[in-house]
Amino acid sequence: MSFPVEFCVLSLGILMLLVDSFFPSIDKRTLAHTAIVWLAVFLAATFFLQPSPLWASPNGFYETDALGLFFKRFALVSTILTLVLAIEYAPVVERFIPGSRPGAGLGEFFTLPIFTCAGLMWMASAADFVMIFCALELVTISFYIQVAFMRRNMASLEAGTKYLILGALSTGFLVYGITWIFGMTGQTGLRGISTVLGMVPQASQTALLFGIGLILVSLGFKVAAAPFQFWVPDVYQGAPTPVTAFLSVASKAAGFVVLMRVVDAFLVAPALQAKLVPALGFLAGLTLVYGNLAALPQTNMKRLLAYSSIAHAGYLLVGVASVGSPAAGRAIVFYLLAYLLMTFLAFLVLIPVSKAAGGDDISDFNGLGRRAPGMAFAMLIAMLSLAGLPFTVGFLGKFFIFEAAMRQQHFVLVVLGVVTVACGFYYYLKVVRAMYWQPAPEDAPPVLVSPLTRFTAAFLVTLILVLGVYPKPILDFLP
Amino acid sequence: MSPLLFLILVPLVAAAFIMVGSNARLTALVGSATNLAFVLILVAFYRQGNGQPYQFVSSLPVIPSMGISLTLGADGLSLLMLLLASLVTVAAVAVAKTPEKNPHLFYASLMFISAGGLGAFASINLFFFYMFHELALIPTFLLIGIWGSGDRQAAAWKATIYLALGSFVLLLGLIGLYLIQPDGMRTFDLPAIIGMADAGLLPEGNWIYLLLLVGFGILVSLFPFHTWAPQAYASAPAPAAMLHAGVLKKFGLYGLIRIAAPIFPDAVVQFSNLLLVMLVGNILYVGYVTISQRKLDWMLGYSSVMHMGYIFLGFAALNPVSLTGASLMLFAHGISIAALFALCGEIRERTGTLDFAELGGLAKPMPAFGLLFGFAAMAAIGLPGFVGFAGEILVFFGSFVAGEPLMGVTAGGKELFQFNNYQIATICALWGVVISAVYMLRAYRRVFFGPLNDRWSGLGEISGPARIAIAVLIVVMLVTGFFPGLLVKLIESSAL
Repeated sequence: MSFPVEFCVLSLGILMLLVDSFFPSIDKRTLAHTAIVWLAVFLAATFFLQPSPLWASPNGFYETDALGLFFKRFALVSTILTLVLAIEYAPVVERFIPGSRPGAGLGEFFTLPIFTCAGLMWMASAADFVMIFCALELVTISFYIQVAFMRRNMASLEAGTKYLILGALSTGFLVYGITWIFGMTGQTGLRGISTVLGMVPQASQTALLFGIGLILVSLGFKVAAAPFQFWVPDVYQGAPTPVTAFLSVASKAAGFVVLMRVVDAFLVAPALQAKLVPALGFLAGLTLVYGNLAALPQTNMKRLLAYSSIAHAGYLLVGVASVGSPAAGRAIVFYLLAYLLMTFLAFLVLIPVSKAAGGDDISDFNGLGRRAPGMAFAMLIAMLSLAGLPFTVGFLGKFFIFEAAMRQQHFVLVVLGVVTVACGFYYYLKVVRAMYWQPAPEDAPPVLVSPLTRFTAAFLVTLILVLGVYPKPILDFLP
Repeated sequence: MSPLLFLILVPLVAAAFIMVGSNARLTALVGSATNLAFVLILVAFYRQGNGQPYQFVSSLPVIPSMGISLTLGADGLSLLMLLLASLVTVAAVAVAKTPEKNPHLFYASLMFISAGGLGAFASINLFFFYMFHELALIPTFLLIGIWGSGDRQAAAWKATIYLALGSFVLLLGLIGLYLIQPDGMRTFDLPAIIGMADAGLLPEGNWIYLLLLVGFGILVSLFPFHTWAPQAYASAPAPAAMLHAGVLKKFGLYGLIRIAAPIFPDAVVQFSNLLLVMLVGNILYVGYVTISQRKLDWMLGYSSVMHMGYIFLGFAALNPVSLTGASLMLFAHGISIAALFALCGEIRERTGTLDFAELGGLAKPMPAFGLLFGFAAMAAIGLPGFVGFAGEILVFFGSFVAGEPLMGVTAGGKELFQFNNYQIATICALWGVVISAVYMLRAYRRVFFGPLNDRWSGLGEISGPARIAIAVLIVVMLVTGFFPGLLVKLIESSAL
């Protein structure tokens, strides 16, 4: 029943491209504002959809269960926020794109996220490896373009190349893994696979595990789990900042939805479960340690957020490794939501600050507490929430994850988690230190913030604080 | 609105007003004075022994499926701690010197710390008990980092990372406490958990007790997790040190008395030797370290770490006498250390140094200052007449009779003559009293007596609100010291 939403998003994207091509004199920002309004309308429309029970669709390709529906909304919200960021960032893009007239290329910059959004929404519902693959490619290919969008900027081009090569590699892993699993089970649908595994629990495990392993590698690339995280820092730093935010939130979230669905399907066989859970636990532990330790010495804000995104993938993987606990699914979804709010808030402050300072270094935030108290406060809340301080939504995310992990007695992971949280306090508070302890440079230019950004930041701060104390409205919505 | 919620909201609202630009100092003073008056009213209205363990109870469900709710309530012990928190807040605001750099953030941070302390002591749901304590973490980081002295940046980092780590260890302990409850009954509601423990529904929870001990221990600066505290207190501006050393550090011991004592009494006894070794480390090792300090602020920081050892001893002995003594000491130490840090801040402001070698004879230009310091120092030592004495003596009596007696017991036809571990620890603690007399009196002599350095002959006397605030703290210690029954009566109904 929910096909129309994806098609609506897709049509919106095509329509925007047409308008952009045939009416070149239109202000591109107006176009983006219109797109935001329409996406908000679609978001409202999803609340009229009823989630169907799991495995209800006749062909097993496409599930509109509560999880899928939740992530469709997630994709829509993150696309809206990305567009808000993109509008703020537009002057920088213009500088790096050669064009015969002002604003050339901006139309595509605002349109591409919408196609990604459609792909993300399909991915949220995909319950068949074929469908997963197609949706994933729609997302990834549109990201290739977005990452390399600023074509006069070497960093952006370099990031695009890196992302393209490693993305293609990970796609190869995915397809290869799917063929192995198809070979062993004769199925591509997750429901079918899980039925077959349930009937022949002793099916050739080595081959199956090999296939699952390849898929884990590929999804590891997508969610930025160590040791498949090499591309993250360079790509995040080089890509246009709104794309970085989009990549680190939406692409990661979609990866986790697919991971949750795939892992769920294979858990029916206890023998597989016994091998899969330690493997996930190992990935989680490695990601936690790598992400947090590598974040410690960073001095560039975008790189810091890149490593922080690896670190958060670690906490999320701890949740995935705790599958089997009834609380794990809820913990992961809540954490992703928290991650969306706080990451977008951080990028929302980063863009005007780096536009004023001409760079993304943490030292560019020096004295922000005096220069722009409102923006500094928003950044403070974002950093505290990322660090996991109580009364923010980030704390509740960590609380639920730790609770699920302790339920499954993953004590090693929990200990690693606690130690790395302490690391996290160090590198997130480095930003706070810059804003409040350090004096502003004498010649610091004023930080100009558009009303839309200001409003969005205030909205996100409110959500982070309110949901951090009273998460019930979200928990009621969660699958 | 529930009275306790009002208590927590007052400083938060005050902080909000300050941030939007009202007169920072005045707003903070009015807010904290309102709270103090309100706590006194609550103490007056508190009815003992009416069958209700907690009074002024209110509850807002937050995550009902996990038993998480904002449940506030107070019994005698929480009221005592609330009284301490609001009293020290007023004093801290009164002695605070409005800084030139960002005064609004300064006073708002103080208000946040106060709200965190009040919230923690008023919560009987463990989840919010924990959350409120964390409210103070970032304001402390900012206060030390922006307005601190000495090596403030290093001190702020160390304290913040240490406290964050400790609080997440504590969080694991609390999650463990949640998970060992029988499925279907799980909750964070403290009275309900104690009820389960009394009904024998909880399995053995040694590992949880250890997590709680380490987590709370880091927050209270239990040896060997104490190294953050002296440095942080030495660098913090005086009001921040007063609030942190006087109020927030008490959170950990309060938590152990509140949670571990009623729920895991067996584990406390089982690991008593471990705790006794650590607390003797606090008293003797840190005590000697305190003696060797050459600066007043560092000495006070170490002394506040050292005094935690006595309170841990009261907790470890786990009998009503020792726990009553520990509760009294929480109050007594909170007030005496707040007064000392306030005076220390005044000296730093006047002279710019706290090095014993450079100070001396300050009682000559400032006799009233010297008198106040003398009172505060004696109160910190625990001389009779101050409430600290009542607390210490109860702790020592309680801990000396704790454990299996080995003295005068006939075993195998021979009468034993030896001390058990509690008694040995008590003897060490008694020696600690001597140590604290040595360093306090030495500091008093080096700062206020002896030859006066000419540089200090023109120093102005302590005056105005600071003088009144510190005098009030000392009067409170004297009154409760002569009539400790006032406090004992308040806390005796608490489930000790």
